[in-house]
Amino acid sequence: MEKSIENDKIINDLLPQKFGKAGKIWVGTLIAICLIGLFAYIRQLRYGLVVTSMRDYVSWGIYISNFVFFVAISLVGSLITAIFRLAGVKWGAPLTRIAEIIAVAAIIFASIIIIVDMGSPERFYFLFIYGRIQSPIIWDVIVIGTYFFISILLLYYPLLPDIKILLRFKERSGKRLYKFYNFIGSFWKGTPEQFKLSEKAINILCISIIPVAFTIHTVTSWLFATTYRPGWDSTNFGAYFIAGAFLVGAGSVIVAMYIFRRAYNLEKYITEDHFDKMGRVLVLLALLYTYFNVNEFLTPFFKMKKSEEGYLNDLFTGHFSIVFWFAIFIGIILPIIILLFKGGRKPLPVFIVGIMVVVGAWFKRYLIVTPTLLHPFMPMHDVPENFHSYFPSWEEWAITLGSLAGTMLIITLLARIFPIIPIEETLSEHHESTIKNENA
Amino acid sequence: MNQENSSRRDFLIGGLVAAGVVSGCNTHKNAFEAGAQGDVVASGKKVKLLSVDGDIIEVDEAFLKPIPHMPAVSNSDARLGIPGKKFVMVIDLSRCKNLKKCQAACNHAHHLNPGQNWIKVDPMQEAEHTAPFWEPTTCMHCDEPPCVKVCPVDATFKRQDGIVLVDSDRCIGCRFCMAACPYSTRVFNWEQPMLPEEIAEKPYSPETSVPQKKGTVGKCDFCADMTRMGMLPHCVSACPNGTFFFGDLNEDTVTNGADTFRFSDLIKDKSGYRLMEDLGTKPSVYYLPPVSRNFPFESGLENDKTQNK
Repeated sequence: MEKSIENDKIINDLLPQKFGKAGKIWVGTLIAICLIGLFAYIRQLRYGLVVTSMRDYVSWGIYISNFVFFVAISLVGSLITAIFRLAGVKWGAPLTRIAEIIAVAAIIFASIIIIVDMGSPERFYFLFIYGRIQSPIIWDVIVIGTYFFISILLLYYPLLPDIKILLRFKERSGKRLYKFYNFIGSFWKGTPEQFKLSEKAINILCISIIPVAFTIHTVTSWLFATTYRPGWDSTNFGAYFIAGAFLVGAGSVIVAMYIFRRAYNLEKYITEDHFDKMGRVLVLLALLYTYFNVNEFLTPFFKMKKSEEGYLNDLFTGHFSIVFWFAIFIGIILPIIILLFKGGRKPLPVFIVGIMVVVGAWFKRYLIVTPTLLHPFMPMHDVPENFHSYFPSWEEWAITLGSLAGTMLIITLLARIFPIIPIEETLSEHHESTIKNENA
Repeated sequence: MNQENSSRRDFLIGGLVAAGVVSGCNTHKNAFEAGAQGDVVASGKKVKLLSVDGDIIEVDEAFLKPIPHMPAVSNSDARLGIPGKKFVMVIDLSRCKNLKKCQAACNHAHHLNPGQNWIKVDPMQEAEHTAPFWEPTTCMHCDEPPCVKVCPVDATFKRQDGIVLVDSDRCIGCRFCMAACPYSTRVFNWEQPMLPEEIAEKPYSPETSVPQKKGTVGKCDFCADMTRMGMLPHCVSACPNGTFFFGDLNEDTVTNGADTFRFSDLIKDKSGYRLMEDLGTKPSVYYLPPVSRNFPFESGLENDKTQNK
């Protein structure tokens, strides 16, 4: 009897909640930012990419760095879900859905932003009818498509038992949502056979998503590393990108779990212990990323080849030095220092560190794309004056912010529709732990 | 430049005229648009022509009308290129004084908008104490073109005659080729190009690279339309100093319109080289070093200022 009351309480805590006042303001703001971005994009469609500040030398700008950022963030789905699951890390279970939702939202906007960057987006389908396999862009199309579907499935399968629970609360979810739940999950009866099948499927997905996740970001790094340009022509790039992606992904999960915990009063489920552990994970990942950064910059700095000299000086002491050292210190070094202290791994400081990591990572992606393009092999000559520098136009900022807002909007809406913490898993874990306690 | 080629062209045109005459006789109207207005009255003066079958035929002079142009080259022909050819360019740096006539001719021929230059003339100085010189750059038409490797949709391609072209009807505007090109030769149409209506309405041809389109990439095309007609690219004929030489590697000749050289001798005698050989791109454009220059470097500076402001 007591058990069922406890179960009801858990279910009641974890069922998706209607937006409160703050939630409505939040969603409204995000939609407004998205609409401004959409307006800017309509202008871009009408007048061409001339509305951006990109020109012949800086032919890729914040759209591409934003794309790299999204691909990086989406990697977290495989880290938390697959790697933790396969390694038998039990404490990560309440975070899996947050990670998967972030992964799906980010990969959707990675695809959108790459279309936004195209000069002739109406020819997008040419990639499928004229695609040539030797182009790294086609590799990216293939692996991002694959990753998207695996991520969707990895979000969907573990949801099925929860949808069965959601269907029990018709009153609470409302008519339309009930219909939707019914549509996507009514076939799930929760029989042992179904559980066995689902378990198997999830295991296969977890195993297959890891190489695919590594590939999406490695291939994305190859968009740069397959060219000759100083700063991009690096064999270190794949690993450097992956390490950075895990760091920013973990950072974004920390930010999301803090906000969800506060917004939905989930203190019992996302505990201080989770923040402590994610803080430790973050330190490990930040150290790893530091290592690849040293690899990336120390050896070219030591040699100072003529072709790389201008680019490196621009980063270390020149035009981009403030952003560069900001990204290094705020995004990597300071987080490590803060998180090494026990007090630094309390929820609030970890949350702040998470924001620092994510913001630093965004600027780091900007530095990967733009400074290189301002240092071509041939002199910048016989072009209009404004081709010699790059600062994003308001349209670029609006579209970029719109895409970031869009990602958060998808995350928010998915959290409105689905339980942000797996209910079924929490119940069975709770059940197991009480049995253990009783036996002990 | 190439006697055999031009005579073959004359023959071809003769054949076409003959074909036009035949069809014109059948319908009592000239098949070509230029002569389509009104029926033609025979003048009585006869002209001998070679028919497509190889027979000498006689037709009335009045039926001869100027042919609008070469027949339009289909997209698949433009992608194949001219069989048996391997085009090369040699740029003699000792002759350049940054007059930018090449650039002006190129921009005019391809209807490029202000700020777009497919030919750039760069002031170069390799090191602090080395001599400065002017270096015109075109597309290098690499034999291992990095741009072609990365293009996801086959919009930029390498032809059998060595020319690298862009199909603006195919280009999706991803600009990966621009990032990949170490010579920074590619120019993007960031906005709708301002073109005279009759140019803008033309169907795009990769050989003429006209008309340029919004959201696609453009670059030097070695004037593939001119070379198909056996003529020199616009930059070559525009340069009063004869800086540019153009020709066929298989025939081992290059010419700037005034002087013709054996390509291999020219490269050997003057120690020709290619840009960024270490990248392995194998350009089709060779440079002759700026030794014993015809003009002081400073003479080009004034021109540079007016061009870039």
